[in-house]
Amino acid sequence: MAKHDSTSQDDGRSIVSMRTMEIAIAAILLAFGATFLYSSYRLGFRWADDGPQSGFFPFYVSLFICVASGATLLQAILSKSAAGPATFVERGQLKQVLKVLIPAGLFVLGIQLIGIYVASAIYIALFMNLLGDYPWKKSVPLAVAISVLFFFMFEVWFQVPLFKGYWNLTGWTGF
Amino acid sequence: MSDLNLLFHGFAVVLTPFNIGLMFLGIVLGVIIGVLPGLGAANGIAILLPLTFTMPPTSAIIMLSCIYWGALFGGAIASILFNIPGEPWSVATTFDGYPLAQKGRAGEALTASFTSSFIGAFVAVLLITFLAPLIARFALQFGPPEFFSVYLLTFCSFVGMGKGSAWKIIVSMMLGFALSAVGIDIVTGQLRLTFGFPSLMKGFDFLIAVIGLFGIGEILLSMEEGLAFHGVPAKINPKVVLETWKKLPHYWLTSLRSCLIGCWMGITPGGATPASFMSYGVAKRMSKDGDKFGKGQIEGVVAPETAAHAAGTAALLPMLALGIPGSPTAAVLLGGLLIWGLQPGPLLFVEQKDFVWGLIASMYLGNLAGLVIVLTCVPLFAAILRVPFSIIAPVIVVICAIGAYTVHNAMLDIWLMMIFGVVGYMFKKLDYPLAPLVLALVLGDRAEDSFRQAMLIAQGDMRIFFSNALVGTITGLGLIMLFWPVVSRGLAKVRGA
Repeated sequence: MAKHDSTSQDDGRSIVSMRTMEIAIAAILLAFGATFLYSSYRLGFRWADDGPQSGFFPFYVSLFICVASGATLLQAILSKSAAGPATFVERGQLKQVLKVLIPAGLFVLGIQLIGIYVASAIYIALFMNLLGDYPWKKSVPLAVAISVLFFFMFEVWFQVPLFKGYWNLTGWTGF
Repeated sequence: MSDLNLLFHGFAVVLTPFNIGLMFLGIVLGVIIGVLPGLGAANGIAILLPLTFTMPPTSAIIMLSCIYWGALFGGAIASILFNIPGEPWSVATTFDGYPLAQKGRAGEALTASFTSSFIGAFVAVLLITFLAPLIARFALQFGPPEFFSVYLLTFCSFVGMGKGSAWKIIVSMMLGFALSAVGIDIVTGQLRLTFGFPSLMKGFDFLIAVIGLFGIGEILLSMEEGLAFHGVPAKINPKVVLETWKKLPHYWLTSLRSCLIGCWMGITPGGATPASFMSYGVAKRMSKDGDKFGKGQIEGVVAPETAAHAAGTAALLPMLALGIPGSPTAAVLLGGLLIWGLQPGPLLFVEQKDFVWGLIASMYLGNLAGLVIVLTCVPLFAAILRVPFSIIAPVIVVICAIGAYTVHNAMLDIWLMMIFGVVGYMFKKLDYPLAPLVLALVLGDRAEDSFRQAMLIAQGDMRIFFSNALVGTITGLGLIMLFWPVVSRGLAKVRGA
């Protein structure tokens, strides 16, 4: 995980090369394929009296995953200079992506704990404030307004109840 | 002839106040979705799909398909005015659209793009009206082996016509099939590939995958660019529109060619994005002013827009006639059919006449309404892009989370969506195509069923896929497509030597 000491001349530096990433992803996919292959092997991939067994189709599907990701892996290992950009992600880009990804992950955790509406309001306000440099007096009212709008849209108009979290903070509304 | 009667009946189905209202709502939502980067047609429709569970299927499909048309129109607005493609299929539109806008000819570029979108869509809808019933009637004779061979052809076409690594296309496709197999096997009742996690019993829902892969993945990619929008003001008035319309007939040949490319790429699962690039490339090569392309040629806007819209619309033809979608968005609509309790496939034309012809009629009306709406409201839609990304991004994430939750009312799905989002980001950067994954995830169960049934009929003899002329031809074509990368490389070597 990248540290957030922002020295901007560092931002163009490559964090990880395309080739490393190609190899890593192909290896993960190969592992996936192998796990699936083993699992369908255990289910039985042969021919029973009443037709193909449950693992028949998944077995060949995972066999294909193994072969194709194996080939991609080999290609990536053998290629010295891959065509296209050599950098998978630059430092500055990774920072930008993590700035969205980590709050989004926290937001989902927030949904789990305090429900979708309160978490959304906090998330939007913080995002505007920290990443968009908006003052609190602009971000908070807007975020609350959006959340209230969603609340009316789903709970009242569409009558689709959304997740209220373990600690239901919107219980007082009666929905 | 009876088809025309059915079409008029379809118009009667559409022309109720409720359905017309949904049509306009769909178009407006669609244009907004198309304008915003990070919110595309496929995930936009996936998010809204759960809200239509209780609607009559015909009204639901009218609204959702209109979102699709709206998104096809909307992509061009961001491309021309902001040089940011709102949708992948409008990347080629930026090449000439943005230079035109910089020269102060934004109105012309927008009019040309909307009009040619409309023409492309119109030709594709005509094709659907006359060809789809024929194909469906023909496909009524299909048995499981024929259906499996059509699936085979569809998926092999991805390999044969895709750019980039064939291995990656196969991995992505097979991953989709594997994920679709997770859960209870409906034939034997056994649990498959759940690895002891009870929450995996339901399997992976493709809607979650679509929202994550396309929605969250796209946001992460957009963030990498550190988005700041610098737009050209949108000015469009009736005079400019009329003047541009006078010029457009000069490009009839380009239009026709682009329509053909678009329809072809839409029916075979090439999709709108490659169609727009191919059409732009061909227009550049064939045009007298080919060397001026990229500096602001109207023709350079006409070609990709016509093809993209034709392809996007034509992608619904195989979905309606055979139950096999030609694009991720069509795949989401197909998933909708299953959820509304309709059985996709050729029987749809026999059993659900109101639905099919209502949808086809709504394609005519929806595109016409779309043209009028975008021509009159461009400045409004362009204003959306002036809202800073630091407000839009979190709102889109919230919308994606709500959309993922409403599919099954399951918290786990929101986490899955985040994981799919990261996967989507990685896959996009490494050129693993996402469309085959989504299509395989949607069609996996059905493809497996037809395979099993065929195998049962033949007692496990693979030769059933060559047992008659029809199934043999389709299987053969599929295999040619599958090995096309090898064949074409071989041919190139022979010629080079």
